[in-house]
Amino acid sequence: MENLLWLVPALPFAGALILIITGTRLSRPLVSLIGVGSVGVSALLTLILGSQFLSAGPTEPVYQQVVWQWFSVEGFNPGIAFHLDALSMVFIFVITFVGFLIHLYSTAYMADDDGFARFFAYLNLFVGSMLVLVLADNLVLLYLGWEGVGLCSYLLIGFWYKEPANGYAARKAFIITRVGDTALAIGLFMLFQLFGTLHIQTIATEAPQTWAVGSQAATIIAFLLLGGAVGKSGQLPLQTWLPDAMAGPTPVSALIHAATMVTAGVYLITRMHVIFELAPTAMLTVAIIGAVTLLIAGCAALAQSDLKRVLAYSTISQIGYMFLALGVGAWSAGIFHFMIHAFFKALLFLSAGAIIISLHHEQNMFRMGGLRKLLPAVFWTFLIGSASLAALPLITAGFYSKDQILWYAMAGERGNTWLYLAGLLGAFITAIYTFRMVFITFYGAPKSHVTHPPGPIITVPLIILAVLSLLGGFIELPHNFGHVVLFSDFLTPLLPAIHANDALGTSEWIFQLVAAIISLSGVYLAYVFYLQKPALQANMEQSSLFRAVHRFWYSGWGFDKLYDTLFVRPYVFLARINKNDIIDKIYAALAAIAQVLNRSLAQTQSGILRWYMMGVVVGALLIITLSLLP
Amino acid sequence: MNTIPMEHGLLLAGILFIIGLVSVLIRRNIIFMLISVEIMLNAAGLAFIVAGARWVQPEGQVMFIFIITMAAAEVSVGLALILQLYHNLKTLDSDAANVMNG
Repeated sequence: MENLLWLVPALPFAGALILIITGTRLSRPLVSLIGVGSVGVSALLTLILGSQFLSAGPTEPVYQQVVWQWFSVEGFNPGIAFHLDALSMVFIFVITFVGFLIHLYSTAYMADDDGFARFFAYLNLFVGSMLVLVLADNLVLLYLGWEGVGLCSYLLIGFWYKEPANGYAARKAFIITRVGDTALAIGLFMLFQLFGTLHIQTIATEAPQTWAVGSQAATIIAFLLLGGAVGKSGQLPLQTWLPDAMAGPTPVSALIHAATMVTAGVYLITRMHVIFELAPTAMLTVAIIGAVTLLIAGCAALAQSDLKRVLAYSTISQIGYMFLALGVGAWSAGIFHFMIHAFFKALLFLSAGAIIISLHHEQNMFRMGGLRKLLPAVFWTFLIGSASLAALPLITAGFYSKDQILWYAMAGERGNTWLYLAGLLGAFITAIYTFRMVFITFYGAPKSHVTHPPGPIITVPLIILAVLSLLGGFIELPHNFGHVVLFSDFLTPLLPAIHANDALGTSEWIFQLVAAIISLSGVYLAYVFYLQKPALQANMEQSSLFRAVHRFWYSGWGFDKLYDTLFVRPYVFLARINKNDIIDKIYAALAAIAQVLNRSLAQTQSGILRWYMMGVVVGALLIITLSLLP
Repeated sequence: MNTIPMEHGLLLAGILFIIGLVSVLIRRNIIFMLISVEIMLNAAGLAFIVAGARWVQPEGQVMFIFIITMAAAEVSVGLALILQLYHNLKTLDSDAANVMNG
């Protein structure tokens, strides 16, 4: 069966190819069949591979398959080769399975859209590229997938291209991620220069022998890789594209900008963890970026009024948690949070999409309200997703994954109190904005009419994801509470385990209790503010400070404005100066000089024979004089 | 036998050459210009003869015969051109033939 590994990414590519070539001529059911079916079969294959993988026994199971040689230049010969280990197993499971559910959901969500076939072609292309990204056994192939998902992200954000704002958002996402991609590319060049290969496993075995811990080369490369990860994952300082990326259709936001593509940065850092462990400075930077991003994005989420933008900022914030986990060396905790986040954030986005389409493309939360009775199925699934996001204790998967990160941020070898406090404050803010969203959307008086109640194709994926968001956490329980370590055991052969500080070992339950109380009090605060006493909120809106902070957070901490003044405006200014191409002026001047000389010399061609004669004489005299000179 | 010093011969050739050159430059009548070119040619030929006599070598006279031959050919072409010029412009003024200016 393991020979079928190549089919996992090939099937979505084949689906995309068929849809691109023949899409407009096929009937919609057929398009759905090809689009959903290709990813569905991929998901099935993944399940089969996964079960084989798990039953392979205690030896580290790794499947490798070289499909063909891509190119060969002077001993550099990357292959189209796939490498399946525990880490990529987790990723392809999430990509194909969550991807399949989202494809299924899209058949209903996009049913009335003109670009139905185009949508599924892009979506399949995305899934294929993402699978290539995580299955690649060398960094060149990984980069191909990396750029492929970037392209699909661009195409899908600007899917409704007739609206200029959507095209702008698409370009913004493409250009800002390109900044990170450039850093990544330079990092790859340096890796190649130092190792002569870009094969991931070779680099992973050779790097510790080549570099000492903290060596300069390792640090520089780790920072360049981090640059790529930061761009793709929407972390500080390149996070500004992600909220605008919500211009795309909601299933796209769920698949690309929540569950899979934006976590490519997390994958990259985990995949290259050997290099990061050799560069403690880079590790600390990863943790700090994560901590700061999760706070900034959490605060920004508090002030948004667009349902999808709240979720977008919350995605940035949750990926911040993953970065925090990676930065303190809690690799498996970061990947665990990635998986759980993919479940509940896809669920939240899909539920939000169900609401949006039920209310005829209304995205403003303040025009919703009272949907609890009108859309009960969506309400319950959204509530479960929110509970998981807010990490309500014991019952939700989000609690277990986030608690693990917080614990290692405090007790891990690289953790410290500040990182822990940032994570804790972030958890508090998360609980507030999540339940602010729930209370505003589903409680209170109804403000709009439900025109299209969601059908079973929309609700079934929601229910499956809701179940996963609740139960997914039970495969990894804390040491003092059940002590189930299925997930980290699964990853252990690959990723080094983290050792907790022994001094804190006995007090783990205190930290869990604090995290639980923090999250519950956040929910309670949201309850008081948005449900029990709305007057409190009105009171606060009186103060100018509150309004200023609100405006500041609403604009996402003014990063857009900052980049506008720092980069966009100077660039546009220079472009305007250079409109007529300054460099070209030099060559234009050369041409002009030649023309002037030509005109003046043309004057001498008078047609009078004696002048020509004179010219000959003067020339001869000149030559003779010159030759007679010493 | 009294020999003429080489300097005298070369001086004569130089003077002839300058005379020819100046008349080419200042004359407008194209026949006079042709004659002046002939004078210059002969000046050059004289210089060859003088040099040949000085070093007692035959090449100087060979060269002179060569120049005479070439001059004959040149004159025939030149006279033909002059005839054409006169035919077309009804004048021998070389400045009148300034149609092909820049």
